Amino acid sequence: MSIEKQTIENLATLARLAVDDKRVDEISQRLSSVLELVDQLQAADTSGLSGLDHPLNETQRLREDEVNKPNMREAFQAIAPDTEDNLYLVPKVID
Amino acid sequence: MNWETVIGLEVHVQLATKTKIFSAASTAFGAAPNTQACEIDLAMPGTLPVVNKQAIDYAVMFGLAIDAEIGKTSVFERKNYFYPDLPKGYQTTQLEKPIVGAGVVEIQLDNGDTKSIRIHHAHLEEDAGKSLHEGNFRSGVSGIDLNRAGTPLIEIVSEPDMSSAEEAVAFAKKLHSIVTSLGICDGEMSQGSMRFDVNISVRPQGETTLGTRTETKNLNSFKFMEDAIHLEVERQIDLLEEGSEIIQETRLYNGETKVARSMRSKEEANDYRYFPCPDLLPVVISDEHIEQLRSKLPELPDAKQQRFIDQYDLSEYDAGVLSTDATVANYFEQTATQSKNAKLSANWVSGELSARLNAENISITQSPVSAEQLASLIIRIADNSISSKMAKQVFDGIWNGEGDADQIIEARGLKQVSDSGALESMVDEVLANNQAMVDDYINTDADKRKKKLGGFMGQIMKASKGQANPQQVSQILAKKLAELV
Repeated sequence: MSIEKQTIENLATLARLAVDDKRVDEISQRLSSVLELVDQLQAADTSGLSGLDHPLNETQRLREDEVNKPNMREAFQAIAPDTEDNLYLVPKVID
Repeated sequence: MNWETVIGLEVHVQLATKTKIFSAASTAFGAAPNTQACEIDLAMPGTLPVVNKQAIDYAVMFGLAIDAEIGKTSVFERKNYFYPDLPKGYQTTQLEKPIVGAGVVEIQLDNGDTKSIRIHHAHLEEDAGKSLHEGNFRSGVSGIDLNRAGTPLIEIVSEPDMSSAEEAVAFAKKLHSIVTSLGICDGEMSQGSMRFDVNISVRPQGETTLGTRTETKNLNSFKFMEDAIHLEVERQIDLLEEGSEIIQETRLYNGETKVARSMRSKEEANDYRYFPCPDLLPVVISDEHIEQLRSKLPELPDAKQQRFIDQYDLSEYDAGVLSTDATVANYFEQTATQSKNAKLSANWVSGELSARLNAENISITQSPVSAEQLASLIIRIADNSISSKMAKQVFDGIWNGEGDADQIIEARGLKQVSDSGALESMVDEVLANNQAMVDDYINTDADKRKKKLGGFMGQIMKASKGQANPQQVSQILAKKLAELV
């Protein structure tokens, strides 16, 4: 299966990745080889097997609803790129 | 052409857990920015989510309340998109295997009919943080408060079964009533505890295929929702009637300016590339646990309404008003039990008290008049100690913190005189002091004398400083005057 250039560009936009135009062909080939592997897997006969929701055949452990996280804002904000007035600052976003 | 409106709702309900859905940070409302956002909420590398048991239980309780099938194995998935208030770059939510399957909610229409609104499913997910575009920080940037990030939500998705703004509002109010009665949500609309996304389309009357729909997002009041629907339906009909097409898009409605605008085209934004979250295992709920939750379900609004009719002899309307909100229902029941007078309790809770609370814009849990105090007032109305006019004054006194009913009656000297001996001598005195009025009464034709009674009543009530029991005075007066004629 081959991946079209436009698909690569679309995925790059969604993933916020900058893809150099010159590398699109190479990336397309590499991703296509991954999909070929998927095709091989899909060729396996899985009739009679039920699907897994998770690779580990186990179930989720649950936590009691009790607060035990102290306020560590100072520590977190010390390593943040930009903060002011206790807020994390980001480039202006408007819907 | 006649147009038909088709409406479906997605309702986000914040669950009333103490901690986040995947971390043990507090969800308390109103904390200082970012003091309740821990390393898991911030998506620090190496952190892993652990699911809150209470959030699972609350979601199951909702499912049981709407007669839905419970997803005994439910799976969390990642919904991928980038926004600064979503630190992980994906929202952990459910898609293929939600915790609550199809169910149904009955709504009452204005004409008294009931209508069934089908629920497609309800799933668990995490809330995002908040982006602030202006504040105490330099301009040209946005500030992010992540306290809300990770607050557990259930998103309830209805089928497109509503055909007017009124039905949509009735449905939203019913959901509010159900989740607050269950105690799984505090129902505080002004704090964003319930938010509505409304999918709206129109089609010619009788047409069976659906028209192109738009989604108006993040409405946080019943009123805004109603206004936004009217506005959008009108916009779509205008466009279609002039031959234009509806573009499938997300719209934002501003309740203050009453204007809606397009937010973004759905085409690209819709590509969320969901996949099962590898950090979380499937959540499995046993039949035994489901039955345990079912046995502990509190009384739901419809059952409560019926019980109020049966137990307290209330009208269907009164019972409906008093059972919709669990906090109002509890207040009413406390008042009725302590005053031993359900009718007066119903009148006062849904009348004077509700009016005052609405006027002051406070909820019944913050009422300055407690149920005990209202009961103390009702006891004095019921035993004729005070007239209904005095009762309003006493209510004001309780509202203003002057004490309970008996203290205020005492302090203001409001006690109604119902002692017949005292009332008789009061009537005698007034008659003796107003001979001219008595003569006039005697000289009036018998069939016109009734009109003259008001003058005497006024004099007597004045003489008693408004404290005489009017019914009794009127009886005594009639008797005394009859003796004189």
